[in-house]
Amino acid sequence: MKGMTIIVKKVTQFIAPIIFIFGLYIVFYGHLSPGGGFAGGVIMASSFILQILANGEILDKLRQEESGLEFLESGAILGFIIIAALGLILSGSFVFFSNFLHNGVIGRLLSAGIIPIENIIVGTEVCAAITTIFIALVVYKDEVAL
Amino acid sequence: MNALIPLYVIVPLASAFIMAILGRLIKNFGKAVLILELLFLTCLTFSFILNSQGTLVYKVGGFPDTGDIPIAIYMVIDGLSKLLLLIISVVGLLTALFSSSYTREYTAERKFYVLFSLMIAGMNGIVISGDIFNIYVFLEIAAISSYILVAFGVEKHQLEASFKYQVLGCLASLMILLAIGFIYWGTGTLNIADISRQLPYSAHFVKFVSILFLVGFGLKAAIFPFHSWLPDAHSSAPSPISAMLSGVLIKAIGIYVLFRIFFSMFALSYQMSVTFTVLGTLSMVIGGLMAIGQWDFKRLLAFHSISQMGYVIVGVGIGMILLTTGGSKTIAAFSIFGGLFHMVNHSVFKGLLFLNAGSVEYATGTRDLRKLGGLAEKMPITASTSMVASFAISGIPPFNGFFSKLIIIVAAVSAQYYWVALFAVIVSIITISSFMKVQKYVFFNTPKRSYKNFRAIPLPMKFSMIIMALLCLLLSMLVLSPIRDIFITPAVDALINTLQYSAAVIG
Repeated sequence: MKGMTIIVKKVTQFIAPIIFIFGLYIVFYGHLSPGGGFAGGVIMASSFILQILANGEILDKLRQEESGLEFLESGAILGFIIIAALGLILSGSFVFFSNFLHNGVIGRLLSAGIIPIENIIVGTEVCAAITTIFIALVVYKDEVAL
Repeated sequence: MNALIPLYVIVPLASAFIMAILGRLIKNFGKAVLILELLFLTCLTFSFILNSQGTLVYKVGGFPDTGDIPIAIYMVIDGLSKLLLLIISVVGLLTALFSSSYTREYTAERKFYVLFSLMIAGMNGIVISGDIFNIYVFLEIAAISSYILVAFGVEKHQLEASFKYQVLGCLASLMILLAIGFIYWGTGTLNIADISRQLPYSAHFVKFVSILFLVGFGLKAAIFPFHSWLPDAHSSAPSPISAMLSGVLIKAIGIYVLFRIFFSMFALSYQMSVTFTVLGTLSMVIGGLMAIGQWDFKRLLAFHSISQMGYVIVGVGIGMILLTTGGSKTIAAFSIFGGLFHMVNHSVFKGLLFLNAGSVEYATGTRDLRKLGGLAEKMPITASTSMVASFAISGIPPFNGFFSKLIIIVAAVSAQYYWVALFAVIVSIITISSFMKVQKYVFFNTPKRSYKNFRAIPLPMKFSMIIMALLCLLLSMLVLSPIRDIFITPAVDALINTLQYSAAVIG
């Protein structure tokens, strides 16, 4: 997969970090404002997809990244289940998905117990999954073309 | 006991992703974890069956009800759920053992076990969920992992079958989602028990939603007019997966949800129960007739799955008709018992037959009946267990299939549905004939050619086939009343006392 022109590459260099940080913002403020893990994760993934589209990537490197992303994805889901299951032990009354952390003050960034943590995990998972799907399609297309 | 209910979802989900991470570092990690996980779930299910009575309710997240409106997502285990959980974990355990040596030829062996575990998580989730939208979510988990597993060999016919299965499965999911949307619009709740309290809403509304549900879950359960995906998907999948799909998946995501919806959520209606019985009879007859001409071992078995599911639906459907028309409740209970008993039996003997087909394919590399023959001497264990399973499915006395079919036929006669009973007998004879064909062409005929690359069957495969064959014999003990009272009577009670479900769950 070849890259695009120098103009596109330069503009992408400016924009991709901003998109990524916006995605992070959506994830971290998921419990306070509209958005959350899924929406933020998709935005974060879109910044990676933009870079792959603009710069082009070497197939072998993409395959390597795919296997790393798969690892991240499975790990994120496992983390989600572990935090949900920790509620069974830490809540004292065997409640699955219980919010065992301190709730804090409404409106603060550090509040709402486990919800921001779960949001971050969902953000990681969705970002990894969407990028994996994109890379899988690219790799498949290149393999068929070869 | 209640606190252990979420383990049915946590354990398979968590072990699926542990396999995905650690499986690439440690050899054979996936197999070991899958077998241990299913062993744990089997023990858990037995302890639930032996130690707990009535309906167990678990509120996820611990949100208390406000007034009597449920807020939390409910997980509910009653008699019917326990029966299904038992089928899922026992048949799952034996097929997992079988696949531990069957899957060596696949390059992505690790992913096979991840998907297997995810499928178990989805089915367990459906069976313990007390919330209609959660049923949809877990249904998608189970269905999507089964789409991938059907195409796991990535040969042309497998991809084609998987695509067909996906298209029809997505159509079914769409119908189900639409119906759930209508229900939420009409009642403002997604909790099954709460819906059944609020539903006396409008007869047309209920009828429309019932038909959407019947089509959606009927497609998943492969009842007659919606069965066209099943022969392709179940015959193309790797054999242990065929055993899971035919033996467990169509029951957990199709039949179970249909029973749950039409018994516990909607009030029983006469039209719906007649529709059930007619569709059941049709799939019984047509599945049996279509199986006669098949020459592909697994395709023949897949058509018989449609036919045997027809028996289950006929048994329960006659019970439904008797309950709505105010007929004898004893005969209704007897008939529903026959249906559920046949469901348990079918999961064992059809699972075993698919494992037999798998080991024949493993040893000889083909499953075309015309190219096989004379295997009784070469594969004595496969031959004898498949003989047991063939006897069981066609209803020869000491085996389990005989008793359940007999109960369904006797119930149909005592409810005075003579035509249904006659069809059940005729289909049983057709079944015998087509399994005599299987026995003759696979195991007893003289072979047309000598087998090249004949492989011996590994020990785990033999072991799980022998256990399943023993189960075929032992399950006929379920007709005896002390054993029946432990395993199946709670499920029959859960279905017959239709109005008690919402009272028991919301209280």
